[in-house]
Amino acid sequence: MNECVVCGAAVTVADDAVIGELLECPECGSELEVTGLKPVVLSEAPETEEDWGQ
Amino acid sequence: MRIGLLHSLIRKEEKLLIDEFRQRGLEPLLLDDRKLIFDLESRPAVDLVLERCINHSRAMHGLRLLESVGVRCINSSEVARVCGDKILCSLALKEAGVAQPELRVAFTEESALVAIEELGYPVVLKPAVGSWGRLLAKINDREAAESILEHKAILGSYHHSIFYIQQYVNKNGRDIRSFVIDDKCVAAIYRSARHWITNTARGGIAAGCPVTDEVAAVSLAAARAVGGGVLAVDLFETADGLLVNEVNYTMEFRNSIDTTGVNIPALVVEHAMEQAT
Repeated sequence: MNECVVCGAAVTVADDAVIGELLECPECGSELEVTGLKPVVLSEAPETEEDWGQ
Repeated sequence: MRIGLLHSLIRKEEKLLIDEFRQRGLEPLLLDDRKLIFDLESRPAVDLVLERCINHSRAMHGLRLLESVGVRCINSSEVARVCGDKILCSLALKEAGVAQPELRVAFTEESALVAIEELGYPVVLKPAVGSWGRLLAKINDREAAESILEHKAILGSYHHSIFYIQQYVNKNGRDIRSFVIDDKCVAAIYRSARHWITNTARGGIAAGCPVTDEVAAVSLAAARAVGGGVLAVDLFETADGLLVNEVNYTMEFRNSIDTTGVNIPALVVEHAMEQAT
């Protein structure tokens, strides 16, 4: 089981996860990024930048 | 067939696209814009790149760099350049005769104030580059106009002093987002909110919207005006017909699949695979 890097809650990472994928911690709602696979590494997702989005 | 997916973070949309490629037996080459280095000569081993960057500036330049080494891209860098800048987008719409809310562009606080008063309150002040309804300001009177213009000029970076001023359109709590893929309007949603900003990124609720002849015609006209491709068109309903608010070139669709019953990522992937052959 993987842990949220913000609150330590358990976070499920799907088998088909890819590097860069965004996840939301079910406990604290933090946005997390998958930065490693085998083993899974979770990091806090980057903050929104000015030219993001649609 | 080799297709690259130019991306930064993998959001729900990119994951859905990857899944659709995999269902068709194709593993896309993931091109993370945070790791790419361009030398102006090397060409990635792909037949086509589908752009899904989260940053407009990276998308626009990345696409241009890829095109320069002969990679076909969806959307093109020119479409990204035009759609990513509200001024350029409004110009493209105007030149194609597509109806849009009345607007003004000004470069100083003083001229912006004159322009706002010329249009009449309320107006909406928008950054030329920006998304998700961020940093929009609905200005109801002169005092608010003076304050916001001063704040933008002093606190913002230089491009916040390029003032894009749009007539406020009373949209009765909703607007329409339509989806255009390869010159077909494939789906549309209503985005509803109590707030005057109805972006789903800001809490707007998506619901299915019929693709009427008018929605399709205006959406296709807007998409063609900016160069065509895979696009989302934001529309305001008015007594005088539909007005095009903006055209988005890296469209988000996570809230629009169940609500429309249209598998938008599947259609995008099928279009990309057709274009890559």
